[in-house]
Amino acid sequence: MSLLAVEGLGISFGELHAVRNVGFSMKPGEIVSVIGPNGAGKTTLFNMISGIYLPKSGTVHLGGEDVTGMSPHLLARRGLSRTFQNLQIFQAMTVLENVMVGYHLHERGPVIADLLGLSSSRRRSHEAEEKARMLLERVGLVRAAEKEAGSLSYGALKRLEIARALALKPKVLLLDEPAAGCNAVETEEIDHLIAELAADGIAILLVEHDMKMVMRISNHIVVLDFGEKIAEGDPATVSRNPRVIQAYLGTQAAEVTYAVG
Amino acid sequence: MRLSKQATLLVLAALIVVAPIFFPSGYYFRVGSLLFVNSLAVVGVVILTGYAGQISLGHAGFAAIGAYACALAPVHLHVHPSIAAIIGAVLSAVVAYLVGRPILRLKGYYLAVASLGFGILVSMVLANEIAITGGPDGIKVPELGLRAVLADWGLELTNAQFWYAFSGLVLLVGSWLALNLYNSPTGRALRGLHESEIAARTVGVDVAQAKLVAFMISAVYASVSGSLLALQNRLITPDIAGYMHSIEIVTMAVLGGVGSVLGAIFGASILTLLPQLLTVFQEYEQVMLGLVMMLAMIFMPRGLLPSIVGLVRGRGE
Amino acid sequence: MPELMQFLLSGATVGAVYALVALGFTIVYNASNVVNFAQGEFVMLGGMITVFAFQAGLPLPLAVLIAILAAAVIGVGFNKLTIEVARGAPVVSLIIITVGASIFIQGVAQVVFDKQLHRFPSFSGDDPIRILGATILPQSLWVIVGAIVVFIGLWAFFTRTLVGRAVLATSNNRIAAQLVGINTTFIMAFSFGLSAAIGALAGVLITPITLTSYQVGISLALKGFAAAMLGGMGNPMGALVGGILLGLLESLTAGYISSQYKDAVAFIVILTVLFAFPQGLFGRSSMERV
Repeated sequence: MSLLAVEGLGISFGELHAVRNVGFSMKPGEIVSVIGPNGAGKTTLFNMISGIYLPKSGTVHLGGEDVTGMSPHLLARRGLSRTFQNLQIFQAMTVLENVMVGYHLHERGPVIADLLGLSSSRRRSHEAEEKARMLLERVGLVRAAEKEAGSLSYGALKRLEIARALALKPKVLLLDEPAAGCNAVETEEIDHLIAELAADGIAILLVEHDMKMVMRISNHIVVLDFGEKIAEGDPATVSRNPRVIQAYLGTQAAEVTYAVG
Repeated sequence: MRLSKQATLLVLAALIVVAPIFFPSGYYFRVGSLLFVNSLAVVGVVILTGYAGQISLGHAGFAAIGAYACALAPVHLHVHPSIAAIIGAVLSAVVAYLVGRPILRLKGYYLAVASLGFGILVSMVLANEIAITGGPDGIKVPELGLRAVLADWGLELTNAQFWYAFSGLVLLVGSWLALNLYNSPTGRALRGLHESEIAARTVGVDVAQAKLVAFMISAVYASVSGSLLALQNRLITPDIAGYMHSIEIVTMAVLGGVGSVLGAIFGASILTLLPQLLTVFQEYEQVMLGLVMMLAMIFMPRGLLPSIVGLVRGRGE
Repeated sequence: MPELMQFLLSGATVGAVYALVALGFTIVYNASNVVNFAQGEFVMLGGMITVFAFQAGLPLPLAVLIAILAAAVIGVGFNKLTIEVARGAPVVSLIIITVGASIFIQGVAQVVFDKQLHRFPSFSGDDPIRILGATILPQSLWVIVGAIVVFIGLWAFFTRTLVGRAVLATSNNRIAAQLVGINTTFIMAFSFGLSAAIGALAGVLITPITLTSYQVGISLALKGFAAAMLGGMGNPMGALVGGILLGLLESLTAGYISSQYKDAVAFIVILTVLFAFPQGLFGRSSMERV
């Protein structure tokens, strides 16, 4: 049975159908990429799946449960986590604290204990801190742990968001352009990280403009154009699809063919 | 720069203990205790506005609940004034829950107006229900009685000295709680939703509930501050619920720096002491308050204390 | 029956004032997404400046004109000196700035004018007009007609004139408006001036009935906001209907329930609206972009 199943999902803003009748499903450990030209509705699709927009039609099932339009904090409890295209970092908090907030569901406890600074509260904080440091290690940010997050470079913030999203111990992870603005080395690091996470059994839904990366790591690709799904399949199939090539006419079409070789 | 919890408490305690050495007259114990009472309410604002990024223009309403509880509960429920203050705090939390639940779902402006309306409603009730509250003339508040107990133990304090020490102690406890909260799971969730509600929600923070918790905690701070004021003045009038009192509390917090306990207390100190030192501040109270609010927010959005610290460090480097 | 009619008439009168305040909120909110808590102070300034200009010997129409122009200038200046400087500040900061402005204007009014209650003569005398057994003051008609005229004028302005459409464009998408060559800085200044002038007009119209003093602004701001919210923030039609509705509710509460607690109606309305229809009666839903 699929872990995440999206069926007939659609939303419109006024007259504009931003996304119409999109469906796909994913299994644990699978990497599914959503690609398409700018404005194709990729981020909107993410926002519907992650409960930020209420879809007008269609359903989202997570682990068999209908979670359509469910609030993000409830989705988080069910193991769905995400990052953002235009970063949503807690700028004034330290890098470490950013990830610790990611542990919220594990570290939260009675407010009264937090107010009184009881040992139970301090223990919860301490555990979250240790785990957060391990995650920072994993994304290569442990040396910046005590820095204010706002002072980090763009590429580092992208990784910080991934670390924060991982803190949830997600079953499904939505990554919105994780490699945007990163240099070649950083992109490769993120590439490896995604592969590792998938190997751990996390289902990863990816929006990414770097076609080489998409073609290299995806198990399955969903292509959107003007809010509709125009193709899906494994990288090789998708890249030979004439509609896909047409949608990507221009430089990116060359990139698609080049990447697959 | 952020002082650690211990350092902040130590600085605060030292200031409270050492300050009386420089008092020119006993009257300053009275000014000092007023400062601590104001500071306590302001520390509550630090939790609501500084941590969680929410605003209230009606916190004087909660101060009034705490104050009138001390006047009314001993008479009608025959409880000790200290129990009355606790009843007031609990009542404030309950009212904050009932008011906060609908209004905290929406963005800043709605919260500001609804809390403003709440404050006005409380002062309306206090002024109109003369049979219970004594109306605009106010109502008497019973003696707390703790000073007599201390005297029995051989610790003789003047009334002003007692309230200076007692309010200072309560402020220390209040600051300690707020500082505990800052570095706790709840505190991190509040600070996170302050910066990005959407990110906080996606990591599982129940934003509506977290805001409500901050609103309730800060209401209790205001309530206790109101109780302390009532108990030391022995008379309370509906002015305590007034709009200007709410504004004063917020202004003190943002002037000093709403992000930190010490900054907020610094702001409370300035706005409590200046009217004592400069008569022009008394005459033009509203003009001054309004100016301070606008200027502080435009030119020092993080507050006076962080700006001063920034300047000093900038020079040092 | 005459009693009910009486309540309805007086409710419509105050409601028209709330509607004008709400329209002021709406104009500024649409242009800048700022809720200007100093909006009520322009109502106060309209009344107070007219009173003192009239007492100084100026003819009433001239005094009214001066008051409205002065309020507009103060509105533009306030935008220039504070809102423009603080652009991009978080909502909490903007709230504190506009509340600060409200307190400041109140404080200055208290010093420049005084703390007394004032009025000036009604425009068309004080002989009540009888309608269905109830009476209405000629000045009330001025207020109600004034609100309707302002509403129609705004509607024509926003749909028929270039500047008006530019304001609408700016409210829809500031950056796009800039790209097509609209001077959004001017639009902001213009909106603050216009809403201040409308506020001042409300103050001028109502002062002969309810009197004015330096501190009437804040409760008017609260009620204007409640009215704007009732109708759906940012919607001029909503502001008009919301204002009248709030006025009627208040008047009926005062008549049938308790005159002491009529001011609580606005607060109850705010809570009810937030609970039952968070987007207001005429509002559209909005979504956060991420």
